[in-house]
Amino acid sequence: MKSLAELAAIREKMKDKVVLREGSGEIRVVVGMATCGIAAGARPVLNAFVEEVSKAGLADKVTVSQTGCIGVCQYEPVVEIFEADKEKVTYIKMTPEKAAEVVEKHLKGGKAIQEYTISNAIS
Amino acid sequence: MIRSHVLICGGTGCTSSGSKVLISTFESEIEKNGLAEEVKVVQTGCFGLCALGPVVIIYPEGTFYSRVQESDVAEIVSEHLLKGRLVDRLVYKDADESVIEEAGKTISLNDTNFYKTQKRVALRNCGLIDPENIDEYIAMDGYAALGKVLTEMKPEEVVQIVKDSGLRGRGGGGFPTGLKWSFTAANAADQKYVVCNADEGDPGAFMDRSVLEGDPHCLIEAMAICGYATGATEGYVYVRAEYPIAVKRLQMAIDQAREYGLLGKNIFDSGFDFDLFIRLGAGAFVCGEETALMTSIEGNRGEPRPRPPYPAVKGLFGKPTTENNVETFANIPQIILKGADWFASMGTEKSKGTKVFALGGKIENTGLVEIPMGTTLREIIYDIGGGIPNGKKFKAAQTGGPSGGCIPVSLIDTPIDYDNLTAIGCMMGSGGLIVMDEDNCMVDIAKFFLDFTVDESCGKCAPCRIGTKRMMELLEKITDGNGTLEDIDKLEELAYYIKENSLCGLGQTAPNPVLATLKFFREEYIAHVVDKKCPAGVCKSLLNYSIVEDKCKGCTLCARKCPVGAISGTVKNPHTIDTTKCIKCGACMDSCKFGAIIKG
Repeated sequence: MKSLAELAAIREKMKDKVVLREGSGEIRVVVGMATCGIAAGARPVLNAFVEEVSKAGLADKVTVSQTGCIGVCQYEPVVEIFEADKEKVTYIKMTPEKAAEVVEKHLKGGKAIQEYTISNAIS
Repeated sequence: MIRSHVLICGGTGCTSSGSKVLISTFESEIEKNGLAEEVKVVQTGCFGLCALGPVVIIYPEGTFYSRVQESDVAEIVSEHLLKGRLVDRLVYKDADESVIEEAGKTISLNDTNFYKTQKRVALRNCGLIDPENIDEYIAMDGYAALGKVLTEMKPEEVVQIVKDSGLRGRGGGGFPTGLKWSFTAANAADQKYVVCNADEGDPGAFMDRSVLEGDPHCLIEAMAICGYATGATEGYVYVRAEYPIAVKRLQMAIDQAREYGLLGKNIFDSGFDFDLFIRLGAGAFVCGEETALMTSIEGNRGEPRPRPPYPAVKGLFGKPTTENNVETFANIPQIILKGADWFASMGTEKSKGTKVFALGGKIENTGLVEIPMGTTLREIIYDIGGGIPNGKKFKAAQTGGPSGGCIPVSLIDTPIDYDNLTAIGCMMGSGGLIVMDEDNCMVDIAKFFLDFTVDESCGKCAPCRIGTKRMMELLEKITDGNGTLEDIDKLEELAYYIKENSLCGLGQTAPNPVLATLKFFREEYIAHVVDKKCPAGVCKSLLNYSIVEDKCKGCTLCARKCPVGAISGTVKNPHTIDTTKCIKCGACMDSCKFGAIIKG
């Protein structure tokens, strides 16, 4: 090890790999992964979220995790986004493409995509 | 892309309860479910809650699974990792209801009562990183402190920051660390050394082992920093051979650090050279004493030598040496990175920072806890430790192992720091905390610890070699029911004599368990010699088992259980115990379904 820069390079490379364990992301993305969710294609959606969040450099801010059946099986894959002091946003009928869009516009841009949310489907 | 980490404890506690097989089972189940690309299995150091091992934590949720068996793995993988449903029966549930109820949130480690009041500094990476992977340590700001001191700071600035932090020796003595470093730094010599005391010998203490197993790089980094600050270029870690996992991981860490050039010549291109070597101890308790430890490293029989000269002047191989305990070193990198003020903001006026305790004995949550100095014993035992099992009453806690004393229930609200413990006649010690309940006889406890020091006395000086043996004989006389009030006075006199005249810390502290129990539980000693009774019902010579006639149904079970045929009686008639034959094993009392057998 000859310089601090070398050390910093290893730290940066590894940071994304361990940040997961801090579990204190300000934003939590929860993907419904019960049988209904998996059948409707939740796994690619989950993986897309993990990948896109990391690509967008949001790994230390956003925690992507999974949960069981949220209860609205006809709208699966369902993804909920929790953010402190904000109302929960529920996205329905998600796809990997929509997931990328949500990361870009909602998680990064701070604006929920109304047309993908459950409130849009019900009203 | 990895979305989830499965952390499995690979510390000594969980390894012995079967965590090793879990790692391969998790890996094969994950493979079977096609999750190999998404989930990573990591072996870590100790999480602290050893009583509930093997422990598995799944991130990002931080779900804490306890007592996980091989047969549970398939279910955890298919339920939790695949479908995102908790395996409820394995989740550790010592959290408040409100936390569990909070919508959309799974119970995470930090919400449990065991963890929430802890403050992890020395143990910050234990259970969080893979100790066998230097990159994970670097990701947690590892070696950044070493980089900082070598490129930005002068040695005297390093010593000053350690002084300002108020850090004191965690091995038991409580000597200010910065001051110790400044002594070695001030002595010019062609060669100086850094020594780490990892000869953790107190019965029931395993703080240092956990740091070595869970975060070995932290120790390497701290010793290199100490070397730079004091002008030493070589370091030795003296570790017990009874810690095979710790030794293996430390050696692995040293090799990795050498490969990265974090040990060796010209580290960070600063011109500073430092290398580190392991020396194994052969299990003698006295080698935890600093001068005996250095004598042992030199290849001689581990015996203490008189001080002065102190190690800072004439230590290892006759050269100026700084010796610190593992936990003391484990605080150093954080102090450098976060500053002296940050460290000094935790703890009490004269005891800064945190302290790791190994909780053991009559307590629900056996394990390792790190708390700010000044936390009360009550908080440790009831809030973190989960209280005393089986609804028994707390009686006393032994700190400092065979060198320390007990804190009785009347002082349970004493804030724990170096000076408060010394004031009540205890000592901080290295951090073993053994909890005793109403069923423990304090005379017997004193005998247990003294027995240990009699065994471990190295024999070099007479007060310790002969004195502790004589004390032991007096204690045996008392617990055998042959003691007199005079014996108690003699015991006390001898104790003070040994304390004042022994050569090293072992003898100087050996009488402490006797003195502390005499101070707080003198009435128990008196009951042994005057009434010839052991109030807790432990000392066998003073016990008699008898059968209560009214309660005995004459079932004959006890007579059949008795290994020496001391119980006689006919079916459906009350039985009797022949006390001359009885060996006081208690088998009859355990077998009686009617509570008809009493001891006292």
